[in-house]
Amino acid sequence: MSSIVLMLLGLGGMAIGFFVYSKFLAFAVFKLSEDFTTPAHEFEDGIDFVPTNKFVLWGHHFTSVAGAAPIVGPAIAVIWGWLPAFLWVTFGTIFFAGIHDFGAIWASVRNRAKSVGTLTGDVVGTRARAIFSIVIFLVLLMVNAVFGVVIARLLINNPSAVVPVWGAIAVALIIGQAIYRGKMSLPLVSLIGVAALYGLIYIGPSVPLALPSEGVAGLSPNAAWILILFAYAAVASLLPVWVLLQPRDYINGLQLFVGLIALYGAILVANPTVVAPMINMDVPPGTPSMIPLLFVTIACGAISGFHGLVASGTTSKQLDKEKDARFVGYFGATGEGALALAAILAATAGFATFADWEAVYQSFGDGGVQAFVTGGANILSAGTGLDAAIAGTMLTVMAALFAGTTMDTGLRLQRYIFQEWGEIYNLKWMAKPVPATLLSVGSCLVLAFGAGGAEGSGGLLIWPLFGTSNQLLAGLTLLVITVMLVRRGSPTVFTLVPLVFILIMSLYALLEQLRGFYLKENWFLLGLGAVVLVAAIFVTLESVAALKRAKLESKETAQ
Amino acid sequence: MKKNLSRLKYIYKKASAAGAEYYNAPYRAAIARAQRDEDDLFMLLIFSEMMGIPNPASWYCLELQPLLLERFHDWHTRMGMERSPYDHFRCC
Repeated sequence: MSSIVLMLLGLGGMAIGFFVYSKFLAFAVFKLSEDFTTPAHEFEDGIDFVPTNKFVLWGHHFTSVAGAAPIVGPAIAVIWGWLPAFLWVTFGTIFFAGIHDFGAIWASVRNRAKSVGTLTGDVVGTRARAIFSIVIFLVLLMVNAVFGVVIARLLINNPSAVVPVWGAIAVALIIGQAIYRGKMSLPLVSLIGVAALYGLIYIGPSVPLALPSEGVAGLSPNAAWILILFAYAAVASLLPVWVLLQPRDYINGLQLFVGLIALYGAILVANPTVVAPMINMDVPPGTPSMIPLLFVTIACGAISGFHGLVASGTTSKQLDKEKDARFVGYFGATGEGALALAAILAATAGFATFADWEAVYQSFGDGGVQAFVTGGANILSAGTGLDAAIAGTMLTVMAALFAGTTMDTGLRLQRYIFQEWGEIYNLKWMAKPVPATLLSVGSCLVLAFGAGGAEGSGGLLIWPLFGTSNQLLAGLTLLVITVMLVRRGSPTVFTLVPLVFILIMSLYALLEQLRGFYLKENWFLLGLGAVVLVAAIFVTLESVAALKRAKLESKETAQ
Repeated sequence: MKKNLSRLKYIYKKASAAGAEYYNAPYRAAIARAQRDEDDLFMLLIFSEMMGIPNPASWYCLELQPLLLERFHDWHTRMGMERSPYDHFRCC
């Protein structure tokens, strides 16, 4: 199978989704109006509420939602063959993620730019609001633990990326200072910053750095990296945003565009053959069954609840016209779909032979982001003539920085949750930033090491659990949108079908995972899975009840 | 040549503005909040003597008080006091 054909089919499908389906949604379902005054105008304050150009808004909506998750998920899921992952990413983006992100912005804009969490309370009920905050906490906990493990593995497998990854943080720190304290012009600083970053990537392979294989202070290199990463994330999450987070997000945004364009450009030039099987009939032992696990392994890239938080948290407050919601929301989801598709192509067409591919995918969770890096580097070097080691370093740095950003943003959000609990339950110490951060880091470390023993190597076992919680979050957002549509008398089938589908798949996948954990006698993950299962059951019950109530209400008003 | 140059300048200006917007927009609120927190602390320093909190720099703060009066109402409401905390210093 030619990878150009696959790329054109995928991108073409998503383009039709954007140009046809999203227009239909805007017209017939959400009934967007030119005259509606958006909260950005109604409450304009120059701080939170600022009408923003739709291209700029799309730029940071897209770069906030696209990160390491749409790379890791698809790169793990191609173990079942390229076709299932390809179909789920393409159709998921068109019929699930697009309407979810678009709808989340619309729902928030129609409700004074409230966040999905608050909307769940207002539209569905206080019980649903409580479930929402529990699910968010689970999502953050798991994403932090998993990404700690993912970056540690990347740094061990690619010693050439160690200097550029940490060097990039130094570059970000300098950019932040140059802009805020030095008041230097942004294009100049960006140019120097990007040149410095790629300079570091260029010299990376000549200065490989690895922790001693016998370990550090009695810890294995993997465990040591995880601890170092969490120490970094804890400090980064406590710093003022302009010092590190803001310049680093900016660099990541630039990297995302450079990486995507370079990868797709290289595929067009090199046209590598997809060596992975269409459907892998001979999966390694221990691989869970494709249905339902595929649908939770790829969450970001097909549908992800995390987008709802971004869409309703910051994007909706800056939307200039209601009609822009289609471009920002739906096209933002399309951008992430394109990143997931690039990950699929890299992990299936970036190997010379089927045997090479099979050697990487020896067990479930083995391929992952490393397969993306190796495969992507081969494609990049074939397409651009770049040295394979440098191309590999570039992709490793890209993935590690994305994951790192998610980690410290995640820790920051988790800290806010702990601080809020401290205030609610009158625990003064917990309401302070430092103890709350330590609690967040502690809970993530328990998970990272609890799941995989003292090595901290089994953290990827929780990836599907992360996907499941993320889908539950998406389910709650879709529920809010559907209830609003019922009340307005608009067609609901376009949100109801995705909602029912992901709830069934999440529940089914959870039961499968729980069975797996039980058979492996992994009691820790069994317990964690049980918590997610309880949350999933509550989300389902809440959905049924809320929809019944809304239908009844709309009937009564019709009479 | 001159026309081209001014056109280039215009494009650079546009790109620079879009870049600045892209850099600043996601964090505008967080930074404004952090600045407001610092301003609140500054207000407390300026008006501390009035509340009986000894402030060795109060003499020098005195002349700043009229300048900060405009912000006084917002400040005391944000600090959780519905009315001005001072008997002799009415606000609302």
